[in-house]
Amino acid sequence: MSRFPLWLRAAALAVYAFLYVPLAVVVLFSFNDSQLNAEWVGFTTRWYGRLLHDEDMLRAAGNSLLIALVSSSVATLLGAMAGLAMHRYKPRWLPLLVLTPVAMPEILLGVSLLLFFRQVLDLTLGLVSILIAHVTFSIGFVAVIARARLAGMDESIFEAARDLGATPWATFRRITLPLILPALLAGFLMAFTLSIDDFVITFFVAGVGVNTLPLQIYSMIKVAVTPEVNALSTLLTALTLTLIILASRIAPDLLKARA
Amino acid sequence: MSLLELRNLTRRFGSLEAVKDVSLAIEAGEFFTLLGPSGCGKTTILRMIAGFDAPDGGEILLDGISLAGVPPEKRPLHTVFQSYALFPHMTVAGNIAFPLEMSGKSAPEIRRRVGETLELVHLADKAASFPHELSGGQKQRVALARGLVNQPRLLLLDEPLGALDAKLRVEMQSELIALQREVGIGFVFVTHSQQEALALSHRIAVMRDGRVEQCDEPDTLYTQPANRFVADFVGRINLVEVEVTASSKVLLGLRSPCLGEIAATDPRPLAVGERGVFALRPELIRVHGHKESADLKNRFQGRVRELLYLGDVTHYRVELEGGQRIEALMPNAAPGRAKFHEIGDAVWVCWRHDAGVFLRD
Repeated sequence: MSRFPLWLRAAALAVYAFLYVPLAVVVLFSFNDSQLNAEWVGFTTRWYGRLLHDEDMLRAAGNSLLIALVSSSVATLLGAMAGLAMHRYKPRWLPLLVLTPVAMPEILLGVSLLLFFRQVLDLTLGLVSILIAHVTFSIGFVAVIARARLAGMDESIFEAARDLGATPWATFRRITLPLILPALLAGFLMAFTLSIDDFVITFFVAGVGVNTLPLQIYSMIKVAVTPEVNALSTLLTALTLTLIILASRIAPDLLKARA
Repeated sequence: MSLLELRNLTRRFGSLEAVKDVSLAIEAGEFFTLLGPSGCGKTTILRMIAGFDAPDGGEILLDGISLAGVPPEKRPLHTVFQSYALFPHMTVAGNIAFPLEMSGKSAPEIRRRVGETLELVHLADKAASFPHELSGGQKQRVALARGLVNQPRLLLLDEPLGALDAKLRVEMQSELIALQREVGIGFVFVTHSQQEALALSHRIAVMRDGRVEQCDEPDTLYTQPANRFVADFVGRINLVEVEVTASSKVLLGLRSPCLGEIAATDPRPLAVGERGVFALRPELIRVHGHKESADLKNRFQGRVRELLYLGDVTHYRVELEGGQRIEALMPNAAPGRAKFHEIGDAVWVCWRHDAGVFLRD
C-alpha cells in the first residue's frame, strides 16, 4: 500500500465509499426499528419477517427465481454452443451477433424486444416473454466466458483424443465438456445474477400481472422507501454477491474473460 | 508388403505445394524418420497419415489398404504430439487408459495394460499424478505410454523431443531406441534435428520444399549424400565447387578454381568437364604443421583463421592459399599428437583421395 502516494489512496477510498456507502446504508436501515429512514432507533429483524408474510413479495420472489433458473440454464446451453462454434470455426459475424446484446443499451433492447414480442410474434407478455428476454441478454456472457476458456487450451488435446480412438461425440463428452465445465458454471452464475436483478428490460416485457423482485421494489418505492424495501434489497445484494464470488472462485479468469 | 505406403502424396495449401509427389514405404518394426528444415512438409505428411488432414493427390496405404476417408479415430495408429497433448483433467493412469476405454476394453484388462505400460516407461509411482505435477521428461513418457498402450500398428511422433532441454533430450533418445526395440512397433518420427535423426533411425527421408531428397540408412546418408542439400543439411561438411578433369573407373580428377587439382574416387563414369561440388567431412581432414611424408594425395597449404577447442576435438577453420576456407575437426587425444595449432599458424591440410564425394549439380 505504501508505494502509492497519499492522494491516490484517498481517491481510491473515495471511489469505494461512493460505491459501497449507499449499499451499507440500505443494509443498515433494513435492521432499523423505525418506519422512517431517518435516524437509528434500535436493532430489529421484523422487516424481514414482514417480507416473508407479504403475498405479493413472495410471488415476485418465486417468479424471479424461476425466471433466473430457467433463463440462465437455457442461456448456458446456447452460450456454450456459441462459444464452441466461435472457437472452432472462427465465423466472421457470429461474435458480433452474440455479443451485441451485451453491449447494447438496456433500454434499447427492452423496447426492441417489446416491439418484437407484440408486433411480430403477437405474444401475450408474461413469464415467457421475460424468459426469452433474459436468455437474449445472457447468452453473450456465457459465450465469451466459454470461448475465453477454450482459447487458453492446447488445441492438440482435442486432436489427441480423436487420434486415440475417440469419436467426435466422445471427444466432446470426455475432454471438451469437463474442461470447459468451470467456465460454463461461472457463466451460469453470471447469467443468474444478471437475470435476478434485471429491471429495465424486464419492465418493458413483463406486461401486467407478472412481477419480479426488482419490479416489486420499484412499485413499492413509488410510495416511499420503506424498511421492507431495504430488507429486500439487502437480501438481493447478498444473493448477487454470493453468486459472483462463487463464479469467480470457480473460474478465476472470469473477470479477465469479460474485459 | 510394406506396413505403410505413401504413393505420390500431394498436398496444396492455396498456391503453396506443401507436399509434392512423395512416395515412401515404411516396414513393420522400423524406426523411420522424416528429416528436414521447418516448412519442408514433414509435419503435413504426418498429419495426413494420422488423418487430421487429407491429401490432394495420391494415397496412403496401411497393410495395403487405402486410408482415404477413414477418420483419425478409426486408424490403428497413434500420435505423440510435440506439446504432449496430455489431458489436463485426467491422472497419468487416466490418460493412459483413455485409448483402451475408447476401444471398449474390459476394466480388468485396462487396469493390467495401464500397469504394464507404466512399468515400461518407468512411471509406476506417478499413476495418480496429474500432468501439471510432472516434469517435461515425465510428460514425454506419459505421452509415449498413451500412444503405445493400445498397441497401434504405427506410432507417429511429431518432434517429441523438441520441448526438452539438451541433456534430457539425449537421455530420451536412448530411451526411445530401447522402447522402440522392446515394443517392436513401427515409429514414424518427424524432426528438424539431423543429429537426432542419425542417432535414432533405421532409415531417414531427408525432405526439402515438399520433396524427398534422399531416403537411406543413416550411415549411407552421411557418407554418400545424394546431393548438395543433403550433404549440407546432414552433419558438417566442406563444399568446394569443382569441375571433372579426368575420370577412370576408380580415380577421379577434379579441379577447383581456387584449390587446383583434387584427387578423388567415384565408381560412376563421369564426363570430363562436368561441374559439381566436392563434399568433404571435416573429421576426414588432417591439419599438420609440416608437409607430411604420408601418402596423402591431397595436400594444401593454408593458415589457421579460427579455432574452437571443444574438449574432445578441436575445430579449425583454415584459409587455403587460393582463398578457399576449409573446416577440419581434429581429435585432441590422437596418438603422437604433438601440439595445437594457433590462429595465424601456417599449416598443411591433407585428406585421402577417397575421403570426399563428388556431387553433380
